[in-house]
Amino acid sequence: MTDRTLFHKPLSETLADHPYINDFLDSFGLTIELGEKTLADYLDTLDPDTLEDLGLSEEQLRHSLDEFLSGMMALSDPMEKVESLTIIGGHNKSGEAENLELVLKPGEVICIVGPTGSGKSRLLADIEWVAQGDTPTKRKILINDQVPDSKWRFSTEYKLVAQLSQNMNFVMDLSAEEFIRMHAESRLVTDPEEKVAQILQQANELAGEQFEPDTPVTSLSGGQSRALMIADMAILSKSPIALIDEIENAGIDRKKALDLLVKEEKIILMATHDPILALMGDRRLVIKNGGIDKIIESSEAERKNLLSLEELDNKLLALRNRIRTGDTLETI
Amino acid sequence: MRFLTISGPPSSGKTSVILRVIEALQARQKKIGVVKFDCLLTDDDKLYAKKGVLVKKGLSGALCPDHYFVSNIEACVTWGHANHCEYLISESAGLCNRCSPHIKEITAVCVIDNLSGINTPKKIGPMLKSADIVVITKGDIVSQAEREVFASRVKQVNPGAVIMNVNGITGQGAFELTSLFEEASDIETLKGKVLRFSMPSALCSYCLGETRIGEEHQTGNIRKMEI
Repeated sequence: MTDRTLFHKPLSETLADHPYINDFLDSFGLTIELGEKTLADYLDTLDPDTLEDLGLSEEQLRHSLDEFLSGMMALSDPMEKVESLTIIGGHNKSGEAENLELVLKPGEVICIVGPTGSGKSRLLADIEWVAQGDTPTKRKILINDQVPDSKWRFSTEYKLVAQLSQNMNFVMDLSAEEFIRMHAESRLVTDPEEKVAQILQQANELAGEQFEPDTPVTSLSGGQSRALMIADMAILSKSPIALIDEIENAGIDRKKALDLLVKEEKIILMATHDPILALMGDRRLVIKNGGIDKIIESSEAERKNLLSLEELDNKLLALRNRIRTGDTLETI
Repeated sequence: MRFLTISGPPSSGKTSVILRVIEALQARQKKIGVVKFDCLLTDDDKLYAKKGVLVKKGLSGALCPDHYFVSNIEACVTWGHANHCEYLISESAGLCNRCSPHIKEITAVCVIDNLSGINTPKKIGPMLKSADIVVITKGDIVSQAEREVFASRVKQVNPGAVIMNVNGITGQGAFELTSLFEEASDIETLKGKVLRFSMPSALCSYCLGETRIGEEHQTGNIRKMEI
């Protein structure tokens, strides 16, 4: 519930405490003058004809303002900590039971493998929707061993999953710094400038090629965009689960990127067929015919192989850099 | 019969979203009807017919599209009911951003896309601001951060709505949206219902076919800019 007292405090005080009220009114085409004594007074002075021109009724405006304020207050509440996510198996496309109860913990990296159309997206969607036997797979998802509150499904403040898609085009005409600031402001973080600086620095550590804060987001390279979005997800997103649809092996240090997300105590689910990423995971879920067919724990032998794979990868990366700087590859 | 009004700016993905919802409803063995409102021309009725649902198409032609909508929707609902539809979906584009087809006590959905620009949510009137469900499309094309910023702008103008991301191509989110449709308003007729918000009025010489520009040709409900 919204605290009604803010409607009756001096207007300057209310606006200083809740600066987003200005943004709210602005998005309805209204402006607030400091001449009014309180927010309640201001609402009382609104002219019904002006409101009608704006496509608004007084009742709707008051109602929206209440909802908006309670949403904003919820955003500043600390988020309930997700200690575990449990997937209780349903069945595959042929109706065969999955027979499993899988517990995922913060800091874990789980890879999801399987051919196109095998049901990877459905599994990820079941998690995002916190399915309760009400999706085609009949899977159930528990949070902290409990049937979760429906707020995880519908509220934009409590999004369970932040999804990093493979496509990472930007359509906004903003610099990297402005873009991240806008994102930070929409999340109402208390120290936006500090967070913005942190994200830009982190992104530059992940990216193969450095970029300046005033680089337009639309001219970032693929690797730089990925680095920026991973840093943004790690530092700004409150969602306890990070869903990653492949991290392409170009222009970004993927190991550092994963480490960053792990450090932020997220549960990381990654759809990938890249051997290095797959071995960096703690477990691999093999999806077949719409169901989880197998769970593979990364073994000791695999971990050893990861080292030689990484060597290979670094070798290729070094060659790539030589090409970039105009070198020849007559000796490698 | 569950009845919903679906609206949204042109090319926001209304038809694609509805097609994905139809697939999900058909998987639940439901009988569905769609009424497609447009202005000059549409072939979307064929896309719906291909899915095997009942379709009615209404073209407003020289009339204001939303006024045309409101003068026909009652008969469409009666038609859907008479044809034993379990779901009836009306699709109309909000062309002037001030109009809205949404009706009180009838589940109202607005479809808007991530590519339309960060200032679009505030430019759209009651069609978005009074909707119960806001569907955001084309999320696969933009980054996570951009999706979040856009959703927060939608939330700002319609804080009470359920906001969902649906991909009209892959269908991601359509199943979940369909679950919400199962709780849509259950009605037999629109008799006695009222619009959520009045439609913009115009009753001037140009409504009646006047084409000449000039003070002397303007009669009726005219409003002047301050210059």
